Amino acid sequence: MLYVPVLLHIPDGFLNVVVSVIFWIATIVTLGFAISKTNKSLGEKQIPLMGIMAAFIFAAQMINFPVAGGTSGHLLGGALAAIVLGPWAGMLVMTAVIAVQALLFQDGGLLVMGANIFNMGLVTAAIGYGLYRSVMGQSKTVKLGAVAFAAWLSVMAGALLTALQLWLSGTSQLQIVIPAMMGVHALIGVGEALITVFALAFIMQTRPDLLGEGSESAKGSRNWIWVGGIVALLVVLISPFASGDPDGLERVAEDLGFIGTGLDAPYSIIPDYTIPFLGETALSTILAGVVGIIVVAVIMILIGRGMKAKS
Amino acid sequence: MHFDAFDRYHETQSFLHRLDPRVKVLVTVIFIVSNALLPDGAWIAFVSAWIFLLANNLISKLGIGYTLKRSIIALPFALIAITVLFSIPGEPLTTFNFIAWQLTITDNGLLRFVSILIRSWLSVQMAILLVAVTRFPDLVHALEHLRVPAVLTTIIAFLYRYLFVLTDEVLRLLRARESRSGAAPGSRSGGGVLWRAKVAGNMAGQLFLRSYERSDRIYNAMVARGYAGHLYTLNPHEMKSSDYYATAFAIAVIFILQVVGRF
Repeated sequence: MLYVPVLLHIPDGFLNVVVSVIFWIATIVTLGFAISKTNKSLGEKQIPLMGIMAAFIFAAQMINFPVAGGTSGHLLGGALAAIVLGPWAGMLVMTAVIAVQALLFQDGGLLVMGANIFNMGLVTAAIGYGLYRSVMGQSKTVKLGAVAFAAWLSVMAGALLTALQLWLSGTSQLQIVIPAMMGVHALIGVGEALITVFALAFIMQTRPDLLGEGSESAKGSRNWIWVGGIVALLVVLISPFASGDPDGLERVAEDLGFIGTGLDAPYSIIPDYTIPFLGETALSTILAGVVGIIVVAVIMILIGRGMKAKS
Repeated sequence: MHFDAFDRYHETQSFLHRLDPRVKVLVTVIFIVSNALLPDGAWIAFVSAWIFLLANNLISKLGIGYTLKRSIIALPFALIAITVLFSIPGEPLTTFNFIAWQLTITDNGLLRFVSILIRSWLSVQMAILLVAVTRFPDLVHALEHLRVPAVLTTIIAFLYRYLFVLTDEVLRLLRARESRSGAAPGSRSGGGVLWRAKVAGNMAGQLFLRSYERSDRIYNAMVARGYAGHLYTLNPHEMKSSDYYATAFAIAVIFILQVVGRF
């Protein structure tokens, strides 16, 4: 297989028109900012660079490594792109990658492309860069540890958003889709974290000038720490809340008019279909999160050790 | 060189191949939006939409089952929607036990599940047809005409151009890894997961640096040839009267699909 699709691409037909349009608008507004920022700060040289970097992310998604039982991990790349290129350029690069995947491979739909770009390109870049920027000037171990966490969390954020969009569209049930998506992606995120960290460690060692402290201020301001931090916090807080107390979110969605017509009660459970696992589900999500965080922490310690041994 | 590894364009002469790329992009998007708007269980409209697709397959001279064959890729995604089978209230059809839960499939759940699958499947087919009858550079140019910002279309054009080059680079890296990690039968090559991840990560880092440095050389070569921040095309992209007729006809068909689907 030449090309390994990323699991998060939503196909057309799975989101309703209202949700698709809302996320198209959010994506277009963010990309508008990204374009005006990059036009201001970057020269004409940056456009060929961004194009080739987009090809790089696309090609890097082919580098897989066997994990266990025939499964393999590979890169999504949003966090990596934002860290090496800056957040705005990273967002544009990811947008190009996702658009081409949708156009050429039908990997993700066209009407839902706004949502796909938002989930996999914009949010991953914001978290990746924000958390990385917050540890600028720290030691290499701390930086790589933060990158591991950021990369893992960016995948979780993408999974959470995808689950929420599927639920808002009435395609999936919240108590099931959130634990399912986040559980699977807690593991996929570990692969993302590993590759991102090792790729970055390699770049730091061979071309430290590309990631030098001096070049950081040109890529993105310190405000990104807030953006990335807030998005990261939201992901951590919403994931257990969303499945533990779906009625709260349902109310919000109804008030905002998200819930489409023809779907009066996405949760009212079928009469003889007793659900004792509502609490269990929240618990399992939190557990998945905790397991993920422990795994990432262990990996960070291992990487730190490896780095020390080398230097 | 795997210059054609990603190209989905099919070289043939047909009305659809000659149509202006703007028309094709626009009709594809309208068709997909129309699918998403069709209510659950609008069977006649679904079937009519598929007939419209089959007709387009015929006109494109790719064979009537061309898009059908290639639309199988959308199927695995159905798993995401499977919970609607049980979560929408309605007349119970069948009940079964799954691990610890008793699940009941309802008629409304089944209706919605099947409708979601059909919508997705129709949309995927239309997108497959679009890239089979439109060259990628024309597609990008059409996006430019449709007011997608030049920064994005230029990045996409570069992405497409250098994808093949970097794919070759990746295949070289993968081949190098393969040839250095031989294993005796029955034993696993290489170290643990962490070691393998490190090798993959270093490969990604290596690829990044090669791409970065290559982009420098490419830029210099482009400036030497007169690049000033804009890409040009020799294709005039003029809308002919047949393009207008085709657009009007397709929109009329899609409008009728909506009417049929709702009444």
